[in-house]
Amino acid sequence: MLESYIKERRKSRDILLMTHIVMGYPSFEDSFEIVRQMVEAGVDLMELQIPFSEPMADGPVILKANQKALEKGSSLTKCFDFAQRVAKEFPIPFLFMSYANIPFKYGMEKFSDKMAKINIKGAIIPDLPPEEGEDYIRAMNKNSLSPIYIFSPETSDERLLYLSSFASGFVYCLARKGVTGKKTAFSNDLAVYLSKCQKATNLPLAVGFGVKDKADVDYLKGKADIAVIGSRTIRIVEEKGVAATGDFIKSLV
Amino acid sequence: MKNRGYYGDYGGAFLPEILVATFDELEKEFERIKKDPSFWKDYETLMSSYSGRPTPLTFAGNLTQKFGGAKIYIKREDLNHTGAHKANNVMGQGMLVKQMGKKRVIAETGAGQHGVATATMAAKFGFDCTIYMGEVDVLRQRPNVFWMEQLGAKVVPVKDGTRILKDAINEAFRDWVTNMDTTHYVLGTACGPHPFPEMVSYFQSIIGKEARKQILDAEGRLPKRVYACVGGGSNAMGLFSGFFNDPVELIGVEAGGKGLNSGRHASRLCSNDASAGIAQGYKTYFLQDDDGQMKETHSISAGLDYVGVSPILSHMHDTGKARFESATDTEVIKALQLTMQKEGIIPALESSHAFARAFKEAPCLSKEEAIIINQSGRGDKDIFTIADAVDDPEWKEFIIEKANEYNA
Repeated sequence: MLESYIKERRKSRDILLMTHIVMGYPSFEDSFEIVRQMVEAGVDLMELQIPFSEPMADGPVILKANQKALEKGSSLTKCFDFAQRVAKEFPIPFLFMSYANIPFKYGMEKFSDKMAKINIKGAIIPDLPPEEGEDYIRAMNKNSLSPIYIFSPETSDERLLYLSSFASGFVYCLARKGVTGKKTAFSNDLAVYLSKCQKATNLPLAVGFGVKDKADVDYLKGKADIAVIGSRTIRIVEEKGVAATGDFIKSLV
Repeated sequence: MKNRGYYGDYGGAFLPEILVATFDELEKEFERIKKDPSFWKDYETLMSSYSGRPTPLTFAGNLTQKFGGAKIYIKREDLNHTGAHKANNVMGQGMLVKQMGKKRVIAETGAGQHGVATATMAAKFGFDCTIYMGEVDVLRQRPNVFWMEQLGAKVVPVKDGTRILKDAINEAFRDWVTNMDTTHYVLGTACGPHPFPEMVSYFQSIIGKEARKQILDAEGRLPKRVYACVGGGSNAMGLFSGFFNDPVELIGVEAGGKGLNSGRHASRLCSNDASAGIAQGYKTYFLQDDDGQMKETHSISAGLDYVGVSPILSHMHDTGKARFESATDTEVIKALQLTMQKEGIIPALESSHAFARAFKEAPCLSKEEAIIINQSGRGDKDIFTIADAVDDPEWKEFIIEKANEYNA
């Protein structure tokens, strides 16, 4: 179970790291090498994004990575094969991240069965709120997989509790409004918001959107369980090459 | 559970969490104005003093004679201020924004008509305004870009994805998730998450309300069929809604592009290339591949070049409440030329799709019967595209000379 893995792992670490890649960007070989370096550098869990042509919640960096991956022929079949391979090779939990149309088109139940079969532990689907996700939630529960839900600074207290009632594994807290890959102010407001999130759930909290360096990760210690590094690693790959990812991760812990 | 805007299997609100509160507020406000009879009254007053409503229903005597069948009437949405039905939706949402106390509006635009209408509304109501427009559309609709900027709007060319309407919608959503406290997204068509399909159709229903009354006044009977082009579907919803409870056949005409077998079209409901999917916050028929990736679309008209379609129309398609056809780029140009020459009326390329289909069917109907074509917009905005399509040598010469003047 994802939740017990996180809680166990937290006993020996102040904060865990979750990173994100777009499968097939810049290529599947590169994606594999990035995963290898990240795991060796100490990443605790990873999001594998299945690229989608309309990634509404993503900012320019991940948006472009989605497009490039698709242009280079990243398909759902190739993503499943890749995910199966890394889940088998590396000893950390992997999650899918994508948009609702991908599992919807494949079939919600079939998609979840496939995840269970290839040992993917959960999924983050930002445009599938619980109100629209009945089939998805049922299929995930059937396979003991975690549907990861998102808290935002705009979410009312009442809705935080509503979302927690469906959440499993951990809760993903957006550090701010906006899309991925923009600047976040790590301020007192964030701390107040996170303590509100904590009250709404017993699950571990992950914080993402704008986490970019050691100072940000340190700030989150004691306030959250997982720091999520998303767009930043894609930028590192673009600027310094695949070989630089391991060192970047090591610089965060 | 509260109403999430489902029409059969289609619609819904597939929202990122960050926007849930914003949509809750929008829905609440929309429900409030729907129940307030003074809002609709104020809306009609505004539309009559600012946008020339009611727009006429023109009897097209020469076209009727040419086809020798049903009497052809044209609902003149082109005579709205800014030249298209888009004004109906935009002014209604503008009034709502004013009541919500927001100070900034954003919008996507394809052909540019919705962008121009939004920029006009923003100028009138005193809002800041940003318009997102695919780079491809910026190139093919330059005159509208010029007007939007002159009206004080900021036009942002969208360089991601296929660089057309759907990409502009994604980009507008990205703006909105950052600025929802101050900003309202004036979605231009009857698509997107609930309550947009319902709200946009509500404001556009003014078309159908007028048209029904006008045809009864003119003919003393209901029309046999009514025709509207379908991009997102707002002008079609507007006209159709006037006849929902009548024995009138509703025909939506999609962009056939280079032909339905060419793979280069934007026909979601009348081709076999689309299937149910979820994108841009709602569920409907999308032109997509087996993995669920959206396909490239093609149409001579920027306003019909859209990968999805109103969930309300998808439901009407499945239940047989409306019939959907397509018209190819070539048929559309022919219909446009004929309408200009016979009636002195210049329909937009989008609207010309409805004309093309109506011309095919009119001869099969009896002379006692009447049909209505919705002229959703005027065609003079399309001067560059139309001039290319009719391959006018003198126009080309003029453009070359004009360019030389700038180069001198």
